[in-house]
Amino acid sequence: MDLNTITTVSHPQTRCDLPAWTAGDAWLAGGTWLFSEPQAHLTRLIDLTDLKWPALTITETHLSVAATCTVAQLDGLACPPDWLAAPLIGQCCRAFLASFKIWKTATVGGNLCMSLPAGPMISLTSALDGVCTIWKAGGGEQTIPVINFVTGDQRNLLTPGDLIRQIDIPVATLKRRTAFRHISLAPVGRSAALLIGSLDADGMLALTVTASTVRPIRLSFSKAPVASALRDAIAQQITDELYHTDIHGKPLWRKHMTLRLAEEIRSELLGARSS
Amino acid sequence: MSFEVNGTPFPQAPRAGQCLRTFLRELGQFGVKKGCDAGDCGACTVLLDGEPVHSCLIPAFRAEGRAITTIEGLGGEHGTHPMQQAFLDAQGFQCGFCTAGMILTCASLNQAQRTDLGTALKGNICRCTGYRAIEDATLGKNNIEESVEAGAAFGRSLPAPAGPDVVRGKARYTFDTEIDGLLHIKLLRSPHAHAKIVAIDTSDALRVPGVHAVLTHQDAPSVLMSTARHEKDWMDPEDTRILDDVVRFIGQKVAAVVAESEGAAEEACRRIKVDYEILPALIDPEMAMAPGAPIIHPDRTTANRVADAQRNLVAETHGEYGDVAAALATSAVTYEATFHSHRVQHAALETHGGLAWLDEAGALNVRTSTQVPFLTRRALSDIFQLPMDKVRVFCERVGGGFGGKQEMFVEDILALAALKTGRPVKLELTREEQFIATSTRHPMRVHIKAGADAEGKLTALQLDVLSNTGAYGNHAGPVMFHSLSESIAVYNCPNKKVDGFAVYTNTVPAGAFRGYGLPQTQIAVEAAIDELATQLGISPCDMRRRNVVKLGDPMLSPPPSEFHDVLYGSYGLDQCLDLVERAMQADGPQPELSPEWLIGDGVALTMIDTVPPAGHIADAMIALNDDGGFDLTVGTAEFGNGTSTVHRQIAATTLATTVDRIRLRQSDTAHGGHDTGAYGSAGTFVAGKATHAAAMQLATDLKVAAADAWLCDVGTCTLERETVVSGVRRMSFGELAKLARERGQPLTANGNSGGTPRSVGFNVQGFRVAVNKGTGELRILKSVQAADAGVVANPMQCRGQVEGGVAQALGAALYEEMVIDATGRVTNPKFRDYHLPSFADVPRTEVFFAETSDTIGPLGAKSMSESPYNPVAAALGNAIADATGIRFTAPPFKPDRLFPALHEKFG
Repeated sequence: MDLNTITTVSHPQTRCDLPAWTAGDAWLAGGTWLFSEPQAHLTRLIDLTDLKWPALTITETHLSVAATCTVAQLDGLACPPDWLAAPLIGQCCRAFLASFKIWKTATVGGNLCMSLPAGPMISLTSALDGVCTIWKAGGGEQTIPVINFVTGDQRNLLTPGDLIRQIDIPVATLKRRTAFRHISLAPVGRSAALLIGSLDADGMLALTVTASTVRPIRLSFSKAPVASALRDAIAQQITDELYHTDIHGKPLWRKHMTLRLAEEIRSELLGARSS
Repeated sequence: MSFEVNGTPFPQAPRAGQCLRTFLRELGQFGVKKGCDAGDCGACTVLLDGEPVHSCLIPAFRAEGRAITTIEGLGGEHGTHPMQQAFLDAQGFQCGFCTAGMILTCASLNQAQRTDLGTALKGNICRCTGYRAIEDATLGKNNIEESVEAGAAFGRSLPAPAGPDVVRGKARYTFDTEIDGLLHIKLLRSPHAHAKIVAIDTSDALRVPGVHAVLTHQDAPSVLMSTARHEKDWMDPEDTRILDDVVRFIGQKVAAVVAESEGAAEEACRRIKVDYEILPALIDPEMAMAPGAPIIHPDRTTANRVADAQRNLVAETHGEYGDVAAALATSAVTYEATFHSHRVQHAALETHGGLAWLDEAGALNVRTSTQVPFLTRRALSDIFQLPMDKVRVFCERVGGGFGGKQEMFVEDILALAALKTGRPVKLELTREEQFIATSTRHPMRVHIKAGADAEGKLTALQLDVLSNTGAYGNHAGPVMFHSLSESIAVYNCPNKKVDGFAVYTNTVPAGAFRGYGLPQTQIAVEAAIDELATQLGISPCDMRRRNVVKLGDPMLSPPPSEFHDVLYGSYGLDQCLDLVERAMQADGPQPELSPEWLIGDGVALTMIDTVPPAGHIADAMIALNDDGGFDLTVGTAEFGNGTSTVHRQIAATTLATTVDRIRLRQSDTAHGGHDTGAYGSAGTFVAGKATHAAAMQLATDLKVAAADAWLCDVGTCTLERETVVSGVRRMSFGELAKLARERGQPLTANGNSGGTPRSVGFNVQGFRVAVNKGTGELRILKSVQAADAGVVANPMQCRGQVEGGVAQALGAALYEEMVIDATGRVTNPKFRDYHLPSFADVPRTEVFFAETSDTIGPLGAKSMSESPYNPVAAALGNAIADATGIRFTAPPFKPDRLFPALHEKFG
């Protein structure tokens, strides 16, 4: 929709060009959320396009995803064959409530900044041990693991003027075996629980719970747990107030679906038949 | 800056925060539609460098230097893109408002995406079709009957006349017009559920550059009215003012700003200072009649048609035939339960809104998105004390209605602003305003008691209904009465009792909604029939057969009605039950499901009077043209209901011509005559009857004119293939027109229908569902509906009406839910939080038609637009009960709502 209070759009090309942050400013990446709701408090958009951050960079140690990388670009990444976790990328992209038309515009960084419980890029990057690099408003950089970056429903560690620059995902985690489960109130609706499990070569199992909880939650097991141990760990670490409630799922149901999907993931990763 | 749209460069520059959607429309690309303006519905889809995007989310400046393709440019100059042709061939649209975005999206899909349309089309909402016809388009199916000879159009699957314009983005909806000097209206809305406006300071607002006027309750006529439009004003209470000094729900309009731009109007709205005296608010309808409850309309009386304002009671009804209590006490089996039907929204893709201006003659013109142009003109004439001939209300094509546009939500403000400023004005509601400030279905609490004897004969039926009409009483009484009428009148039962209460609350008003109260009671009645049948070991279909009214049985619901004009013009309920039962028993592919999935069947039926009571009027006029074709003028509006197609078929059949020879003019008070409106499923049954009468008269006139010329007996004349024939003599309609012109006696005829007597239509729905006891997920394995529509005027379109009705009802039964919090605020006023059925959510429904011919309807036809909606939630509830053994009584039947009881029962 039209943002009629916007009077200026600035187009910085380098970090030095970034204007001093003032009240009424907003970063414009894809704009798919910004333009979807009234923003009467805003007067200036700072367009990140001309910073021309390379969308995806693969180094020996990391996959570096620019905050402005679109969902479609990420979905289209040709992953090396030994990245066993590669299917997660497509699975998480498809977990978007929005269609492929929005993926061309919506960005990975934007999804993190929105910090919705059902943000599938949060699910993906937190499950893969992603680390955000943040350009601080006052200068300098800060790195924060995605799992800690999102602190609640539409809450995160950014302060006004901060900007996510990129998310770095270790190649080592991309080589893990993973399992993905999600559920929604409708066949292609918003995720009400989205769980990702991963198993490393040493048998360590990590379970990342998103969408059903107000923030991503990581459970780690140094060796594969039995079903009851997994249940106990979830019950202990995900207390009832951490389950999210809104029109997309009641908390009691989200809790049970979390337990159910977690067990399915455990079974799959341990090679048992999934129930 | 330079923008290239459909190959043409434009030098205009967008505003800094402007999105591509509005920029393109400002450049005249009206094929780019607004459904939600938030990226959820896909109606605004355009191609950017060949890739589909939602133009409402794209900052306009980012399209600079890129190739923009809208629906108008998809087929190239004067051409038709194959996907546009496919949508025409399959008739993959009804109102057509989503069609541009749907076609552009479908045209962009790769092979893989085409095999998974549920995923590929999750960003495109169609509210009308139920998606089957859209799937057909992507598969290249042709659903149109070709080469229908003259005089044989009725009963054939002919395409909608607007189709070519719809698929090319040229069909003109409400806002698809340019008017010089247009001013824009934005409304300041109440943040409080109940408050008195002590003072309004508009001085700051008036200082905003570009603001022409700020209108408050001090500027508006203080006349009391209802936003509801009915042929008879006495059907609704007088409880509403255009702008009031008391606000009774969050979202009620407080002031209107008229400005050069929407941006200026919005800014001025933010600068209006309103001093409110907060009043206690009543949110819970159960508390409405309790002693000490806040009184919402304390000054209204029965003279205003409010039953008991001091108890917040708009309307009530009580009646009993026989003795229900005594019958229940001695019945072999009984059932009692309470059902809650929730609040849902019409979600027509075109929002409410319109344009108004004063023409050179000083007449007020209102171009608006309405189902009732004539009743709106009458209301404006009354309110502003203007002669009827000084007010014109009209619509071209309307982007969906579903009852939501049987109201006057914007035309009053438009008229006020045009009259105050003397300038042309526009008001286009946002999607959020649709949710918080128009109308919804009436939420109802329905308590049912029912009994049967050992043979399965009903002994008693009792309904106790509490209907929540919200802050105003538009449609409160008629919906409540209707909910208690056909739902039990369809069953023979010696003892029946009803109690109905429609109460005010400080929430968004409820209003007319497809089904008009019947779905809310039907879910209780049809559950009771099943529960009694289960106790007796009788099959659901047999239980119904033993109890439904048969041809000639009195259709009774207490208290006795003052209207005695409902007749069996035809009766096809027995066929509908047979058709559904047979289809449900037919062998089909068995889905592979784990034992966690519980499978069950359910059926439900509905009866509906083919016309609302107390009069529904339509005039039609038809004239022979010089070329031998005809101009047909009707008042009824087209919003995807397909009546434009049907009216041409009726006229062409009666006049022995083809539909392309019938030029239709519609829904404009300037054309003269009267039409109560396109509601209550009256577009075919009432207005179609007027068209039939006009065409019959003209057919006679044509024969008389020819007989006069031939000096023969008119009784020897017949109409055949656009010609009058008598023996060996033939005179073409073109020659007849020439003759009439020479004689100075143009051949025109009028027809009228008064909407009485009325007939009854029937629908039966069957579902087979699978419910996952571990997750609460529900899958529809089979969906069948049989409809008794009399002689089906257009099988393709009628099938579409049934499929669309099923889809919309499934939305309400499975997903859609307006949530109102304890303060009275709608918490989910956007599509992403109000899940409309998308392609993936809607199963294919097998549609069957009973073979009947109605003695009252035109050419044997009956209405079939709202009723397919009515039995759906009830049938689904019955299927879930059959699968799980648990009776769920409060839709929507979402997994998280089903889960607790499933978990308790199955672990």
